[in-house]
Amino acid sequence: MQIEGKELTKEEKQRLRKEKKQQKKGKEKKDASLPQVSVAETAAPASQLKAERRARQEAERTSKQSKKGDTGQPATTSKPKIPPNELQPGTQNTWSDHPHHMLYLIKQWLSPEIFFFQIPRRLDYGYKVSLFSHLLQYSRKAPLTQQLSIPSAVIHPAIVRLGLQYSQGIVAGSNARSIALLHAFKQVISDYTTPSNEELSRDLVNKLKPYISFLNQCRPLSASMGNAIKYIKKEISNIPSQFKEDDAKKKLLNCIECFIEEKIVLAAKAIAKSSIEKINDGDVILVYGCSSLVNHILCEAFEKGRKFRVIVVDSRPRLEGREALRRLVQKGISCTYVLISAVSYILPEVSKVFLGAHALLANGYVMSRVGTSQIALVAKAFNVPVLVCCETYKFCERVQTDSFVSNELDDPDDLIVTRKGETQLKDWQQVPRLGLLNLVYDVTPPDFVDLVITDLGMIPCTSVPVVLRVKNVDLL
Amino acid sequence: HKITSSCKHEATLSSTNQKAACSRSPGTMPGPYRETDLTEKVEAFLSDLKRGGSGTGPLRGSAETARETTALLRRITAQVRWSSAGDLMEVIRKEGRRMSAAQPSETTVGNMIRRVLKIIREEYARSRGSSEEADQQESLHKLLTSGGLSEENFRQYFTALKANVIEAINELLTELEGTTDNIAMQALEHIHSNEVIMTIGRSRTVEAFLKDAARKRKFHVIVAECAPFCQGHEMATSLSKDGIETTVITDAAIFAVMSRVNKVIIGTQTVLANGGLRAVNGTHTLALAAKHHSTPLIVCAPMFKLSPQFPNEEDTFHKFVSPHEVLPFTEGEILSKVNVHCPVFDYVPPELITLFISNIGGHAPSYIYRLMSELYHPEDHEL
Repeated sequence: MQIEGKELTKEEKQRLRKEKKQQKKGKEKKDASLPQVSVAETAAPASQLKAERRARQEAERTSKQSKKGDTGQPATTSKPKIPPNELQPGTQNTWSDHPHHMLYLIKQWLSPEIFFFQIPRRLDYGYKVSLFSHLLQYSRKAPLTQQLSIPSAVIHPAIVRLGLQYSQGIVAGSNARSIALLHAFKQVISDYTTPSNEELSRDLVNKLKPYISFLNQCRPLSASMGNAIKYIKKEISNIPSQFKEDDAKKKLLNCIECFIEEKIVLAAKAIAKSSIEKINDGDVILVYGCSSLVNHILCEAFEKGRKFRVIVVDSRPRLEGREALRRLVQKGISCTYVLISAVSYILPEVSKVFLGAHALLANGYVMSRVGTSQIALVAKAFNVPVLVCCETYKFCERVQTDSFVSNELDDPDDLIVTRKGETQLKDWQQVPRLGLLNLVYDVTPPDFVDLVITDLGMIPCTSVPVVLRVKNVDLL
Repeated sequence: HKITSSCKHEATLSSTNQKAACSRSPGTMPGPYRETDLTEKVEAFLSDLKRGGSGTGPLRGSAETARETTALLRRITAQVRWSSAGDLMEVIRKEGRRMSAAQPSETTVGNMIRRVLKIIREEYARSRGSSEEADQQESLHKLLTSGGLSEENFRQYFTALKANVIEAINELLTELEGTTDNIAMQALEHIHSNEVIMTIGRSRTVEAFLKDAARKRKFHVIVAECAPFCQGHEMATSLSKDGIETTVITDAAIFAVMSRVNKVIIGTQTVLANGGLRAVNGTHTLALAAKHHSTPLIVCAPMFKLSPQFPNEEDTFHKFVSPHEVLPFTEGEILSKVNVHCPVFDYVPPELITLFISNIGGHAPSYIYRLMSELYHPEDHEL
């Protein structure tokens, strides 16, 4: 295939645009649900040109893989259905053919950013329970980046690595994920160069969009990550245009460092200080799963000399409690370990329950690992106080009343277990009416929670919107 | 007589009365052979009970245990020498104590023994010609006016007593065989179409109940897997093979999905005298979640699971199994520094239960004490 060079002549650009329009009309007859092309077409001309250039580059690279259809049909305005595999003739049978095929490939993927930047969509896996059919369910074993044709051209390798770490569960826990995300963004920013005719404040934000979509595909973004991203985008767009590139990048890196330091590290220290007042000698404290913040609090309290013992409650299939158990035992804290089904047995011994949170919603509900609401429920029934520890950067504007509308579905194969040599659910896919549900989060109503300990102080669950408002006022 | 030698050998089956020879029913084998055969059976049963305590449940279901116990008691009645009802009751009590001690958590054994004792009392009273109710009035009025409980020593001898008792035990056996079917027959009265039903772990009664309803109605079942034994998996595969839409969830998700559940139907290991349950662990959480969402909690329990125990024995209520189910030995270094608990049962108080479905119909938890007084005599509550 001939390579035409990086610059398009004006007429070629026009022809390309015309052909794209016709392709689009043909495609619209086929399936009437892709308005994204029009969105893309109405984008700024500069980015469209750039996209076309990039599209052409991709076409050259994918030309070896793509098959050439028949060179049939006239490219004129007759509107029969143009089968997507047929390529339109042009006077040059070269690169101009491939953008259409490639455009077709692109149009299979949904969002506008994805349309431009070819981030493949992960496929759903397995039978989905009908109540949750609006959520996505992935298999951990299905390879994620196989369809990514040329990742480095579009997505920064640090982001690809991060995405893989998220999807495999190597980086888990909302604080860990946020910090990893911010570090990866620091990498991206330091590697970034502003293209000519572009302003850093606008272009960088656009660059980040596909990265975020990609990470969302790997694993849905958590509320803490969402807030971090919002903060970064705001910082970027607030960079005055006089700044030189190096200064701007330095400022941004600084901002990110500040964010991590203030909102995560110092907040943890502040929360630990408040919580230690709530831990008395002789306490029996119940914790669930592995929350980095709660572990930090307990270790600090133990170092300060408080005498208490901890009961770690764990649940299948993640069994994160074992990690918490290891950390606490290493410090020398005496621990007991049970599964969540034994919570009613062990609760009469417990004096306090400390829970971590994934996000605090604006109506006072606590979103956390699945099972937290259950523990809060049983603790309430036994009159044991429940304390939730949460940094303010996890407060989010969303409201939710149940665990169905917005949740995450994990790989259903995790539920399969082999006991005594028998795996009951081995062939669950073949059984027609059997579904496995592996929820990740659930919401706890505010009447089960007695106190929320944040870096701004100890507040009741219902004061979350007040804090959000105060925070927003501060940021302005 | 040859009996004395075997008596020394089988000290537990002591029956001293020589006059018992005439009360032997025709056709039974004389000699020491049948007694050893009987004790063999008893020992085999006891070792089965002991072995069945591994936590995944007994080696057989409770219905089978109840049947085996009753069959064994029938044998004892038939083959052991006894002259009066009192002797028989002594024998059965002794055997019963041994059997209960073999596996204290398997309460159906004790329940069957008490049922048989009650049968003996009834038959004795009938043979004597007096009505049973008069002897069993527990009301205060009767206590005061009759001057204490009637002195009943069951020493009278009746010819037909043995035959009557054996016949009554046979009736009990027939009743036992039909319990699951009786309960399943009531399924259509409780399940409407398009329901979402939640259950936990594996109960053969509930399985039969749901399968019977599925023949005529379409509904969805959510099964909580009940770690660490994960018996919910077996239940789910069995239900889905019968054409019921099933979903398996983890124990942690019980409260999360409870808001969409219409009914909770569970089985239990024992129904206690106050109407509470001793059920598989995780059931208390399930009951609390159902109460929070005002979802009815229905317990399918046949009558032989009703036990005259109360849940206030703190030490004997819970049963534990090996903690390696919870934290396996592969976790090496931390194992020695950590206490691990793996309880098998949960107590569910009667306030959380809406309905009991048994083979004789549906009852509220507040009615259980009456049923108990019909099944067992108060003097037998302590074996």
